[in-house]
Amino acid sequence: MGTGAGSIVEFDNVGLRYGTDREVLSDVSFTLYPGSFYFLTGASGAGKTSMLKLLYCAQRPSRGVVRMFGNDMITLPRHRLPDVRRRIGVVFQDFRLVPHLSAFDNIALPLRIAGMSEREITKPVADMLEWVGLDHRADAHPATLSGGEQQRVAIARAVIARPEILVADEPTGNVDPEMAVKLLRLFEALNRLGTTVVVATHDVHLLRKVPDSLIMRLDKGRLSDPTGALRYPPRREREAN
Amino acid sequence: MLARLFDGAARLVPGEAARLLPQARIGGPMPWVIAIMVALTVISAAAALALDNVAENARAEIAGGITVQVVEGAPGERARQTQAALAVLEADPRVTEVRQVPQEELSQLLEPWLGAGTLEDEALATPSLIDAQLDNEVTAPVLRDLRAKLEPIAPAAQVDAQANWLGPVFDAMRSLKLLALGLVALLALTAAAAVWLAARTALGSNGDTIEVIHHLGGTDGQIAAIFQRSVGIDAFIGGIAGLLLGLAAVMLLGAQFAALGSGLVAGGGLSLGDWGLLLAVPLIALVLAMITARATVLAALRRKL
Ligand SMILES: Nc1ncnc2c1ncn2[C@@H]1O[C@H](COP(=O)(O)OP(=O)(O)OP(=O)(O)O)[C@@H](O)[C@H]1O
Ligand SMILES: [Mg+2]
Repeated sequence: MGTGAGSIVEFDNVGLRYGTDREVLSDVSFTLYPGSFYFLTGASGAGKTSMLKLLYCAQRPSRGVVRMFGNDMITLPRHRLPDVRRRIGVVFQDFRLVPHLSAFDNIALPLRIAGMSEREITKPVADMLEWVGLDHRADAHPATLSGGEQQRVAIARAVIARPEILVADEPTGNVDPEMAVKLLRLFEALNRLGTTVVVATHDVHLLRKVPDSLIMRLDKGRLSDPTGALRYPPRREREAN
Repeated sequence: MLARLFDGAARLVPGEAARLLPQARIGGPMPWVIAIMVALTVISAAAALALDNVAENARAEIAGGITVQVVEGAPGERARQTQAALAVLEADPRVTEVRQVPQEELSQLLEPWLGAGTLEDEALATPSLIDAQLDNEVTAPVLRDLRAKLEPIAPAAQVDAQANWLGPVFDAMRSLKLLALGLVALLALTAAAAVWLAARTALGSNGDTIEVIHHLGGTDGQIAAIFQRSVGIDAFIGGIAGLLLGLAAVMLLGAQFAALGSGLVAGGGLSLGDWGLLLAVPLIALVLAMITARATVLAALRRKL
């Protein structure tokens, strides 16, 4: 297990069960280092979304230790969760756009929650809309957007506040391969700026598109690591030493 | 204070906090409920205040008042004892004002019961009546002392404090006032309950949005501020409407009572301070509604992660 120095996320022997069902995650241990790009793969139902939920603080583990930014997520009091969550960007598998807000307002939401003024918000949101190719749909409501367009709004909302960790659940599930690559480039750009990226996907073609990425594989709730990502510090860190 | 309550919401979505939760407001019965509550509260409070003023005025008027009745069948003796009693009272240093109630006034008072012209009928003996005003409140020792003084010279004189006569009236007015105040308290409770229910409903129907705001790092306070603002707008609109309705009713009732021209009710006007209190009712309702909404939302959110 990692020493904690230099890591931003540590899982140690984590188990998760919903209610009294069997565990959907068992004995999950890994460390995430800042600035790395991780893929989380596994068959449908393997527990990818469940693991990401732990990462974006939508669940507390049933057992084990989860540390994020040095906080013990089991004992962290409720009122300190917002501060942790503001350092995390999330792309939900089902998007979770606010239905009565326009694309612009959905993307602006994290900035408004962070207390930024309208003046500071307008430009970055407009830029982000342009980046995901939706500048002409700024005033559209989610119900009038296609699945792929909704997904791009969801991604824009997740990255607009420059989170330290980006957690994306099947972020390319609804877009054509060309757009998928484009979105991956956005993640990579963000990653180069220092954001740790965790992308859950069962699309194996995607894994090859990011050469520096590390791969974690979930199999029936247990973790294996084909690239050795979990046993060794990531490549970039090794090169730096 | 109000500006501060609105502040949290304004910071979250400047000027547009309500857009986050449109269902919480549009078409809801909240403004109507608040309007009715405020109107009823204004009417009840006005009644309580008016009763208080009536009682206060009457009390002040009769506080130092005594009535001496000379109950004597023989007209000559009655007149003599009345004159003697008047003399004693006039000489007493505690007495500031003495007046024999004139026969015409007495007959006017009794006319409704006895019929016109009865007092001229010598066969019907009516007591003569003296009103006196003391410089101080009429206590039991003072009454005893006056009775002792009058006894030797006017044995037929009966001395009573006017306050004693009106005691039951005051009791009734106090009960009415308590009833009105109780109504005000009940109305406040009902309004709070209505806001609680509305906030719970809005929380339920906006659960997904709230969860998203949480995940994006929104605090309970920010979410509560959205509801608070929404309820605040409803309470503001409802409060104004209710106030106008209530004031209209109060003024109408006031005009009708004034038309009665009764001496007792005449003291029941509302002072400037009373009107101020009535104007404050919608403001108090607004604050109550917003505090209730905030408390409801915060309590519900505490159970989420
Ligand atoms: N809220 C829940 N309550 C109970 N069981 C759940 C819940 N969410 C997920 N599960 C169960 O947990 C297991 C893992 O689900 P999860 O959504 O994490 O899988 P996944 O790897 O994301 O699948 P997919 O690729 O289809 O999105 C599944 O067996 C699922 O039925
Ligand atoms: Mg999933």
